[in-house]
This record gives sequence, C-alpha cells and structure tokens, in this order.
Amino acid sequence: MSEASPVAAVVSEPVARRGFRLRTLGGWFGLGVAVLLVLTALLGPWLSPYSPEAIELSAELAPPGPGHLLGAGENGIDVLTHVLHGARVSLVVAFFAVVVSALVGATLGALAGYLGGLVDEGVMRVVDVLLAFPGILLAIFITSVLGPSLANVVFALSFTGWTGYARLARGQVLTLREREYVQAARALGSGSARILFRHLLPNAAGPLLIQATFAFPGAILAEASLSFLGLGVPPGTPSWGALVDQGTQYLLVAPHVALFPGLALALTVLGFNFLGDAVRDALDPKRVER
Amino acid sequence: MRRAVSASIAVVGALLLVSLFLNLVPGDPIDVMLGEQASEVDREALRRSVGLDQPWYTQLWTFTRAFVTGELRTSLPPFQKKVLPAIGEALPKTLLLTLASLLISVALAIPLGVAAAARKGTAVDSAAMGVAVAGVALPRFWLGPMLIIVFALWLDWLPVSGAESWRHLVLPSLTLGTALAAFLSRMTRAAMLETLREDFVTTARAKGLHPRVVLWKHAFRNALLPILTVLGLEFGGLLGGAIVTEKVFAWPGMGTLLLTAIEKRDYNTVRATVLVFTLCYVLVNALTDVAYTLVDPRVRRRS
Repeated sequence: MSEASPVAAVVSEPVARRGFRLRTLGGWFGLGVAVLLVLTALLGPWLSPYSPEAIELSAELAPPGPGHLLGAGENGIDVLTHVLHGARVSLVVAFFAVVVSALVGATLGALAGYLGGLVDEGVMRVVDVLLAFPGILLAIFITSVLGPSLANVVFALSFTGWTGYARLARGQVLTLREREYVQAARALGSGSARILFRHLLPNAAGPLLIQATFAFPGAILAEASLSFLGLGVPPGTPSWGALVDQGTQYLLVAPHVALFPGLALALTVLGFNFLGDAVRDALDPKRVER
Repeated sequence: MRRAVSASIAVVGALLLVSLFLNLVPGDPIDVMLGEQASEVDREALRRSVGLDQPWYTQLWTFTRAFVTGELRTSLPPFQKKVLPAIGEALPKTLLLTLASLLISVALAIPLGVAAAARKGTAVDSAAMGVAVAGVALPRFWLGPMLIIVFALWLDWLPVSGAESWRHLVLPSLTLGTALAAFLSRMTRAAMLETLREDFVTTARAKGLHPRVVLWKHAFRNALLPILTVLGLEFGGLLGGAIVTEKVFAWPGMGTLLLTAIEKRDYNTVRATVLVFTLCYVLVNALTDVAYTLVDPRVRRRS
C-alpha cells in the first residue's frame, strides 16, 4: 500500500499524531461528565434500584426519600431509575446520529469539493434546502410522519445534521487539494479515491472532529426535545425529555419529576460543551484563547 | 441577486420536500399515520385529502396551488376547515414571542458582554462568562417549567400559561431568549475585545475622551456587525425553539398549531405550518443581509 506515495506520506501533515492534552479545568470537568455518562449508560440497569417498567401506585408522585431517592413519578415509577436509563437512550441516539451525520456529511462534502462541477452544485443546493428549515423543525416534521422510535430519531437527526460536516469537509478539501503533498501523490499515480480518502480526509479530520464534539450535546438536546414533544422515544421508554414532559403536569405537587432529568440533561450538555472547547484548543494550537 | 437566487432555490426545495415527503416513507404512509387497524373508509378519505391517490407531480401542483391561494383545507374529514385563518391567528403570536425574546436577549447580553470585555480578567468578566456558559446548556423545555415553579407557583408574580396580557409574555420570552442571551454575550465580549485593540480606540483614548464614550461610541459601534450577524443566524434557532416554548406555556402560536395538527394527524396543516416557518426563516436571513449593508458601509462597497 505505502509504496505508492512515499513522498506524500512524508510531506503529509501529521495532524492525527499531534499530542492531545487537556489544559483547562473546564476540559477536565467535561471529560469527567463524559466518562460518568458512558459509565451510567453501561451500568445503568445494574445501578438502578427498580425496573423502568415497575409500577407502584401507592408511591405515585412521592417526594424524594429513602424508598425513592429522587422521588417517584406517574404511577409510582422511580425517577432515579428513569434518569439512569435515560442516560443510555441519550447516549446511544446522540452517538449514532453524530456518527451517521459525520460519515455522510464528510463523504458528500469531500466529493463535492474534490469533483466540483455538477456534483458540487447538486450537493450544496441540497444543503441550502435543508438549512432553510429553522432549528429542530425539520426533525419534528420527519418524526411526525415516521412516528416515534429510536431509529426514526437517529434518522431525523442525521438527515438534518450532515449539512454542517458537508460544508466543512468541502471547504477543507478545496484548500487542501492544492497542497504539495496532494500534487506529489497525484504525480506518483495515486487515483482520486486514494487521494480523497488517504490524503485529503485524514488531514481534514481535525475540524470535523471538533464539529462532531460540539454536535454531540446538540444531538442529546435534540433527542430530549423531540421526546419532550412526544415525537422522540416511543411512549414508556425512559428518556430525560419524556420524563420532563411527564413532570410538567405535576409542577405544583411534585416538582422533582421535572427537576432531576432536566438537571442531568443540563449537566451533560454543559460538560460536553466544555469538552468541545478543550478538543478544539488541543487540536488547534494556533487558535489563541482570548 | 445571488442571495435572492439561492434563497428561492431553498424555498422551492423546501416546498418539494414538505409536499412530497410522504411519498418517500417506506411502505404505505397511511399505515404509519393511522395505524394498520384504521377502517378502510378513513384510510381512503385521508389518502384522498393529502393527495396520495395522485401521481407526485399532481400532488405537488395541487398542494402548492392550494397553499398559495389560501384554499388549503385540513386533511380531516368530515369538517375540512381552511388552514390559512388558523395560521393567520397563530403566526403573529409566534412572531411576538420571538421578537420579545430577541429584545430580552439583546438587553441582557450587550451590557453583560461589554462589561466583561471592558473589565477583562476581573471577577466581573468571570462571573458574566460563567452565567453565559451555564445559560447555553439549559434546555428550554426544562428552564420553562423551573421558571413556572419559581415565579408563577411559589412567588405568584406571573401567570402559568396562556396569552391574554403582557404578563403572560414574560416567562415564555425569558425561556426562549436565555440561550441566545448567553451565546450573544460571549460573542459581544469577543467582538468588543477585538475592536478595543484597534488603533482608533487607542487614538480616541489618547485624545482624552471619556472612557465611556470610547467604549460605546468607538468600540461598541464597530463591534455591532459581528453581533448582528449572530442575531440574524440565531433567529432561526428562536423560531425552532418557539415550538418547544409554546408547548411549555400553552402559547397559542405556530408551534402549538403544529403540535396539535401532528397529534390529530392533520397532515395538511402540518405541511402548511412547516412551510410558513421556513418562509419566515429564509426571509429573516435575507433581511439580515440587507441589515449588514446598512450598518457597515464597507460591506456595501465590497459587493
């Protein structure tokens, strides 16, 4: 494999091999939140005191106490159990939504930038159309037609989410393809596919990774919003957004039902935002923090 | 001109997507919408009213013509009301809500961001940016209920929900505007730090002008362009966020109209509201472009 472009390999910028260090308190906080979330998602079912389907009518809307540490909700469901299981839904949906959007977006964007012409026009016009929908509206529209399910949420978020990566990858490819190492690779007889996937995309990976890190809390928030609207997870599935929705009906008598899943969500989003900042600073040392 | 062309392409594309999305659903979309147990009569009625018994180009033409002429009717037999009057009632409410939250976020963010930039590195700066960082992370559908608990249920200062008076507007617009306020104050700070480094600021200071005059008349006016850019771009976020906020406060706007229509499976209203939202968004983005040239003569010369 490597005999095709020894020069290119040497001249190529070693983006991926650059050291990665967290330099700020916020970065460590973000990493802590991320690790905590992953652990909760993995171990949630063993950590939670009840089953998410468990119904205990005598405990309906009970305040936080010894039996239910974070209180109980409608039909006596355990809030702590639903918060722990909700972490799993959040993480899984956000992970797949981000991965699918990034792969689709980066590939289409890189192709548009590399091939130019009609492909470029076509891809970028589709991007324009999708960006004409404000915020979460398109995802609402799609899930309203397809119905609530985890797969449909992932589809809706990917369908709307890939545009950012496409723009970014296209811009990166447009500047990178004129670099000397790309010309060197071409002179040595590398084909388009090899240049695109071995030279251009790896060197565009830094900004794409930064974008993905910031998109992650966005996807978590979007899933929660859709579930809050009744368009995300199917009824009964533990999700932070769905639990807040349930809690809004009992704000006076049982504020804890809405309080705790929302806190978990806010903390998660905050942590991942900090982590995004840290990843950006680590991958882009040229950027001076003001 | 180029802007106008790409905006119209976006609008036409959105129209295509909205009117034909049903055809892209795997399987029979009527099954998805009504469930497989629905009676044959209901299924046929819905199929006809959303136009699925027609080829796609007829569907597109029928929907577009009905939408433009205001003849579009709800897709729920037997009482097929016109969609346009409902939108005419809901749209001003949503615009009122978004504009109020835009004003609130500007009123909060600009003093906060300017103060943080003017006292960079001090406790004021850290406190302001701490608030800003937290504000971005608060989900609206959670912030809203928490504000209701504190200001409506405990303190009893403001109503829980509805849209009868200006007092009903306070909590929804705070809920909708907080995230933008937080983001905008960071942008304001960054833009101010940029302009405070410029030579003309140093000159103004050297002339012995009052620091406040330098800060607002020299630095702030030049920091306005990036702030305006952000405002225009984020307005769409506000429109989208209004859907969630309206549900929390039972605010009778476009979001409530859309969600009720989804619940009732009134597909024509869903399509029409989504399209109107999109038109508003595209229009605001176009207006933002115009606003640039008014604020910054340099942009006018360049284009």
